[in-house]
Amino acid sequence: MAIELATVRYRYAGSTSAALGPIDLRVEPGRVVGVAGANESGKTTLCLVAAGVAPAVVGGKLDGSVRIDGVDAATLRPHELAQRCGLLFQHASTQLSHTTATVFEEVAFGPCNLGLPVAEVVERVWMALRAVRIEALAPRDPARLSGGQGQLVALASVLALRPRYLILDEPTSELDPAGTGLVADALARAAAETGAGILLVEHKLDVLARIADEIVVLEHGAVALSGAATTVLADPRLEDLGVEPPAAVRLERSVRGAGIEWSAALAKAIE
Amino acid sequence: MELLPPATPGSNSDLPDYVTRRPSGFYRSLNPATKLVIAALEVVVAFAIPGWPGPLLVLAALAVVAAASGTLRSLMVIGLAALPLVVSIMVVNLFLLPGASDPIARIGPLAPTWSGLLFGLLTSARLLAFSSAIALAYLTTPVDDLLADFSRRGLGRRGVFVVGAAVQMVPRTIDRVGEIMDAQRARGMDTEGRIWRRARGLVPLAAPVVFGALSEVEERTMALESRAFTAPGRQTLLRVPPDREIDRAARWLALAGVVAIIALRLTGRVG
Repeated sequence: MAIELATVRYRYAGSTSAALGPIDLRVEPGRVVGVAGANESGKTTLCLVAAGVAPAVVGGKLDGSVRIDGVDAATLRPHELAQRCGLLFQHASTQLSHTTATVFEEVAFGPCNLGLPVAEVVERVWMALRAVRIEALAPRDPARLSGGQGQLVALASVLALRPRYLILDEPTSELDPAGTGLVADALARAAAETGAGILLVEHKLDVLARIADEIVVLEHGAVALSGAATTVLADPRLEDLGVEPPAAVRLERSVRGAGIEWSAALAKAIE
Repeated sequence: MELLPPATPGSNSDLPDYVTRRPSGFYRSLNPATKLVIAALEVVVAFAIPGWPGPLLVLAALAVVAAASGTLRSLMVIGLAALPLVVSIMVVNLFLLPGASDPIARIGPLAPTWSGLLFGLLTSARLLAFSSAIALAYLTTPVDDLLADFSRRGLGRRGVFVVGAAVQMVPRTIDRVGEIMDAQRARGMDTEGRIWRRARGLVPLAAPVVFGALSEVEERTMALESRAFTAPGRQTLLRVPPDREIDRAARWLALAGVVAIIALRLTGRVG
C-alpha cells in the first residue's frame, strides 16, 4: 500500500526536455513526505505526476510507472484518482467551486459528485470539518473567508473524499504565520487522525520540520537529497540547493559558530 | 421537461438549517426555471412588441418586482454598468441613423436628428430591459439553486456549472484587474487623467488578465477533477428548490406568451 514512483520521467506537452526525473519515490499511508527545492526544481510537477493528474489531465509524456496502492495510475479515471489521492494547490481561490453558499455545502461538493447518500455526505462533511477544526465555519460564505480559512476549507473539501493519500503543493505559500500555523496543525492532525499518507511540497521548512517524517530535496527534477526529516534538515548542502534550513537549524549553527556549546537543554529552553 | 428524482432524498434531518434554507419572498421563492422563463418572456416583450410599450412595460414590471424583492439598488448598479453601451448607441444613432432627415441642430459637419434620438432611446430602453430581465433572475436566484434545479431536470451539469462558476468568477476577475492595475501604477503606468490616457493604460492590463485567467482555469480544472466533478452517475442534491403548481402554471403562461408574441410578430399582426 503506497504511492510508488519508479524511474519516473515526465515532460510537458510541447517541451523537449524533462521537467521531472528520473525519480523514485514512495509515500506510505500515515507517513508525511516533505518535498523542498529551489524554484523550477520540479516540485509542482512531482505533485501532478504523483496524483495522476499529469499526464491524464494536463497532457505531456510520462515514462516509468506511477502506482497507487498497486494500481497503475494511468488506468484510473479522474474520479477514481480523486478518491485515492486528494490534491491541494497553492491558491485557495482556485480550489473552491464558487457555486455554493456555505462552507458546509462547499465541503460536500466532492461527496455529492460521487452520488453518495445524504446521510453519508453529512457524516463525511462533519468528519472533514472536525479534522481541520473548522466546524464553526460551516455556515459561512466560502467567498468571504480569509486566505488561511479558505485554504483550510479547501483541505477539508479534499479530506471529505476520504483519500488514502494527500498531495499538497505549497498549501501555505499565500498565508501569514498564523495561517501557516493553522494549516500545519491541520495537516498534522489529518495525518494522525485519518492515517493518510501525505506528500507535502513546502518552501517553509519550519512546517516540514514540524510534521514531515522524511524529506526529499529536488534539483533540476531529480532527487538531490533524501532521508529522515531531521537528517535532511540539518544537512549543510541544503543552502547550496536553494533551500533555507529551518529556524532551529540556523539558530543552532549560529550558536555553535559563536563558540557556544549547543545542548539539548539549550534547544529546549529556546523552543 | 421530466423531473428526475435526485439520487438520494433531497431532505434529511441531519442537514443543518442553513443548508435546507428556503428563499424568502414570493419572487425569490419561485423555481429557478420559472424565473428564467419569465426573463425570456420579458426579453421577447421588450424586443418583439413594436414601439415604446414593450420595453416600458418590462422596465416598469422589473422595477416593481425588484423593489418587492429588495434588489432594486443592485439592479440599478447593473444598469449603470450598461451605460457605456447606451452612450455609444445614442451617439451612433443620433448622428448616423440612415435615412434620418430631421435635424435637431447643425454643429459644423454634424447634424443630430430627432429620428436618431428617438431610435437611440428606444434601442437603449430595449437593451436595459434585456439586461435587467437577466440580472433580476440572477439576483434573485442563488447559483447553487440553479445548478440543483438543472441537475434534477437531467440537464448536463458541466455546462450549467461552467456558466454558474463563470458568473461567480466575475467579482474575482474584477479584483484581479484592480490588483494588476495597482501593480502597473506602481511601475509608473499612467492610468489617470484624460480618456486616451486611460485607454492607453488598459493595453498592459490585457495580457496579465488574460494569461492569469487562463492559468487559473487550468488550476481550477485540476482542482475540480480532484473533487470528483466528472464522476459518472447522478449527483447527490442536498437541497432541491421547490417546483410548485404556481411555478408550473407561471412557466406555461410565460411560454405561451413567448410563442404568441413571436407568432403574432411573424404573421404581421403586431408591428
